[in-house]
Amino acid sequence: MNADFTAEELQFENEVREFLQNDFPAEYREKVDAGIRLSKDELVHWQKILYKKGWAASNWPVEHGGTGWSATEKHIFATEMGLIGAPEPVPFGMKMVAPVLMAYGSDEQKQRFLPDILQSNVWWCQGYSEPNSGSDLASLKTSAVRDGDEYVVNGSKTWNTYGQYADWIFCLVRTDTSVKKQEGISFMLIDMKTPGITLKPIVLLDGHAEVNEVFFDEVRVPANNLIGEENKGWTYAKVLLTHERTNISGVPRGKRRLAALKRLAGNTDDGFGGTMLENSAFKTKLAEVDIELQALEYSELRTLAALSVGKAPGPESSILKIVGTELAQEMDELFVDLAGYNCLPFVPEQFEDGFQGEAVGPGNSAAAALSYFNNRKLSIFGGSNEIQRNIISKAVLGL
Amino acid sequence: MWIFSNTEEQQMLQESVQKFVYKSYDFDTRNQIIASEKGFSQENWDLFAELGWLTVPFKEDDGGFGGSAVDLAVMMEEFGKAMLVEPFIATAVLAGGVISEQGSAEQKAELLPKIMEGSLQLACAYAEQGSRFNLANIKTSAVVEGDTVVLNGSKTAVLNGSNAEILLVAARESGAATDSEGISVFLVEAASAGVSIQSFANVDGKKSAEISLKDVSVPVSQRLGTSGSALQALQDGVDRATLAVSAEAVGAMESLLHKTVEYSKTRKQFGTAIGTFQALQHRMADMFIECQLARSIVIMAAMKLDGGESALEKTKSVSAAKSRIGRAIQKVGQEAIQIHGGIGMTEELDVGHLFKSVTAAEIMFGNTDYHTQRFASL
Ligand SMILES: Cc1cc2nc3c(=O)[nH]c(=O)nc-3n(C[C@H](O)[C@H](O)[C@H](O)COP(=O)(O)OP(=O)(O)OC[C@H]3O[C@@H](n4cnc5c(N)ncnc54)[C@H](O)[C@@H]3O)c2cc1C
Repeated sequence: MNADFTAEELQFENEVREFLQNDFPAEYREKVDAGIRLSKDELVHWQKILYKKGWAASNWPVEHGGTGWSATEKHIFATEMGLIGAPEPVPFGMKMVAPVLMAYGSDEQKQRFLPDILQSNVWWCQGYSEPNSGSDLASLKTSAVRDGDEYVVNGSKTWNTYGQYADWIFCLVRTDTSVKKQEGISFMLIDMKTPGITLKPIVLLDGHAEVNEVFFDEVRVPANNLIGEENKGWTYAKVLLTHERTNISGVPRGKRRLAALKRLAGNTDDGFGGTMLENSAFKTKLAEVDIELQALEYSELRTLAALSVGKAPGPESSILKIVGTELAQEMDELFVDLAGYNCLPFVPEQFEDGFQGEAVGPGNSAAAALSYFNNRKLSIFGGSNEIQRNIISKAVLGL
Repeated sequence: MWIFSNTEEQQMLQESVQKFVYKSYDFDTRNQIIASEKGFSQENWDLFAELGWLTVPFKEDDGGFGGSAVDLAVMMEEFGKAMLVEPFIATAVLAGGVISEQGSAEQKAELLPKIMEGSLQLACAYAEQGSRFNLANIKTSAVVEGDTVVLNGSKTAVLNGSNAEILLVAARESGAATDSEGISVFLVEAASAGVSIQSFANVDGKKSAEISLKDVSVPVSQRLGTSGSALQALQDGVDRATLAVSAEAVGAMESLLHKTVEYSKTRKQFGTAIGTFQALQHRMADMFIECQLARSIVIMAAMKLDGGESALEKTKSVSAAKSRIGRAIQKVGQEAIQIHGGIGMTEELDVGHLFKSVTAAEIMFGNTDYHTQRFASL
């Protein structure tokens, strides 16, 4: 066994570190540290910086303008990004629809869509879930009926993250109702500006409208926006889901947050003349999180090792999703714990970009509860943690 | 023999709150109240006075209903189910309790009837940045100059701070920052020169404030009781408020459980109600267990507060209750959201607000770890 990097890998690590130190804008870093959401423009700007460096698409092959990195290089890059707090490229284009386009899109579709994704010219959102089809995604009902050179789409999608920013949406739609539910689904790309599409923001518990409901009323979509074959969409989507489940453990971000927790604990009065870093109960919880993070990191490295010798990510990657998200949620609990009374004020607007008023509470302590509420999503989306456990029971344990 | 059923009086109290909630406190109404200028409904407050609810925390000697902690818990539980945002704990339980314990006969005669008839809003300003949950940690200074006292310092997490006419300000007349001696409580008119109030709503919709005091002068006669002797009364008041918020959380958890179970019976995925999945059934069974244990320990603490136990035993039982309900809160709150799925994350549904309410309750008057450690140290 050997978990050391090679000399080349170490050199690469240095290069990434140096680049991020110099080129990840300091003001974004400050915002991220202060718990302030980066705006769409800022996210796009950052992605364009990555693009210029040639590092926008760490998971793409070279032929499409990706880095062509090995699993280890991707890991190094993701680690350094996470440690410094640089946001990963918005996943919907880069990580979700692009791999499907590469695998199943026509040449014309690849040429039409991939460059704009790579350069962050076009913002994508994911249109899978529906009000009545969440965990049971295959039961989705939004219909697409062929009419000459077009499909006519009717129905509604929900929980579309950042749909308010999106230029395009990739959807799973029902094209055949007469067969088994998985066999009548197609994968379709839809321009958000098409007449008949309306968006309704959904405000979440942290006071922010991060997701949307999207309604389709007689929306006419050119037939050449269909990916691959009609009724094969479920197969394509499943491929995408496995992509979604790599690099999901969030270990680098976890490390960064753990370091922040330690710093904060050292600066938080325990009320008795010491700091929370000396509080036995808190110290124990910090240690538990630290240890779990290490166990998770090595679980991820073991998965990566399998990937780097060409194995497909197996159902074991569900472990990374479950543990990674639950650990992130535990860290939120620790931030809430440290903030004490300071996380009670509900003033979400003070963490929006451009807030001018008088802030409540010291630092970003009032963001702790907001993040705690918001991150309950982590165990719900991307295949809920119950669904992940079902996968482990069935596909790994054979139950 | 043990009797855990409510007395007839308690049952009437419970039913009267239930009736009010049913008639006048649905989720939409609550949202409108939170969005209003004051953040609570004066009309409701007047009604609470009329119904005699505001007398419940007070002893008969003070002109109250009797001051039984069990009565209080019965009522708070119903408040919690509907997430009432009216400042009952801040004004009647906490500030009223401190005045009742520490005030002179004249001060009590002046203030307590006004609280009970609903014409006076109060807030108790004790916590400070850096004090965390230690009540004895008070840096706000009180310097006596002849007949007046000059106050300087800042207070955090002052429940009802923006609506109170009078603030009960805990300040230090002598001793070091965490000494138990030397703390006094002063009645300070919120409109006094030098008082600035930053107002906001908490995550549970209740109004709170950060307050700073800069050379605020009040007559010495506005001190409750004798100089430097207020910590015990403050602690007793906070203990009662802790019990009240715990009982409130028991009610809110009951709602969370109920709503989650009902939702799981109607939400269908994979062709069946999600409540038929054993993975979820066991989790809801665990939520039920947590709710029951939380209720039991709150009843225990309330009974001890009403009984003949030593002051130490009473305090210890309050910490035991707060510690245990804190664990229940985390479990029940998080599971309720998880089992609801995405819809549980939305502002539109009440479940998320119940989750936020109990999260605030976990922190109010000392969080789980604080009370566990306090229990161990007493
Ligand atoms: C903040 C947020 C952002 C999102 N972003 C997007 C997006 O951009 N695009 C998109 O398409 N979707 C998105 N989603 C939707 C997400 O994928 C769904 O919420 C998720 O699939 C769960 O579906 P549901 O919410 O309908 O819950 P349900 O499927 O109704 O599940 C309710 C509960 O039942 C459990 N459950 C369901 N089936 C089983 C079973 N067989 N065994 C045991 N337990 C079960 C679930 O785990 C959950 O706890 C987002 C969701 C959230 C909260």
